[in-house]
Amino acid sequence: MTTMTNTRSGLRILPALFALALGGAVIALTGHVQAAALHDAAHDVRHATGFPCH
Amino acid sequence: MYTRILVSALFAGACAGLIAGILQLYFVQPVLLHAELYETGALSHFGAVPISAHPELPGFDLMRDGLSLIFTMLIYTGYGLILLALMSLAEDRGAVISGRSGILWGIAGFVAFHLAPGFSLPPEVPGVAAADVTVRQIWWFATVGCAAAAMWLIAFGANWMVWGLAAILLLAPHVIGAPEPEVFAGPVPTEIAALFAARAFGVGLAAWVLLGCFAGYFWQREGVYADATQSA
Repeated sequence: MTTMTNTRSGLRILPALFALALGGAVIALTGHVQAAALHDAAHDVRHATGFPCH
Repeated sequence: MYTRILVSALFAGACAGLIAGILQLYFVQPVLLHAELYETGALSHFGAVPISAHPELPGFDLMRDGLSLIFTMLIYTGYGLILLALMSLAEDRGAVISGRSGILWGIAGFVAFHLAPGFSLPPEVPGVAAADVTVRQIWWFATVGCAAAAMWLIAFGANWMVWGLAAILLLAPHVIGAPEPEVFAGPVPTEIAALFAARAFGVGLAAWVLLGCFAGYFWQREGVYADATQSA
């Protein structure tokens, strides 16, 4: 029983970490990276969402 | 499990992001465009001539506003991925994840990602004075991290030690203080800046509540689907 629970949470923690990393990357890219093209395209959204923009 | 998180996050993020984008275009964008007239110097208050508070604003711009919609959907998909990752961990620990409980998750997400950093770095219109952007971004990520951890501790903590730690995590970034500009040099009227911050928070709360609700709903639905395919 203990082994089963361990295996199950072991299986669960990896996808969760993966999703956390992916989500963080998406937010950093869309909301924070200062590359000119990205900044200009996302400018209005960054302001409206409350991210530090420029 | 990867599929379940990804599919739920994509659906929930796209739906909530689309609604958030439309709300932003209707309620926030006109305030932003109004502020830009002062940022660029097209309008200037406290001049010799009184300035109308209702100037003519540019209308819908397919390229600019289309990109805004797409980026809002992307940002909320990013939020959705983080939210569902934490939801999956919470479900493992016995929490019930559904559309209804997702509303609470959404409010917690709003506090962590919008209200906590916005308490000291309010959503700013273009053309206000602010400190260096990199320093503000570092403060923003640190504050969001602290607030998110605090939300988790408040929700799943079981004693006053843990809740006390959560309070410290919520307070610390603001006691330490956010990066502030050296001098105030913003040309935008305070009325516009205040309305902008209020509107940004309002739309953010609505969008986060929807995101949480959708995330819980799709998570539950994808679970039922996964169980059905497994037993078939």
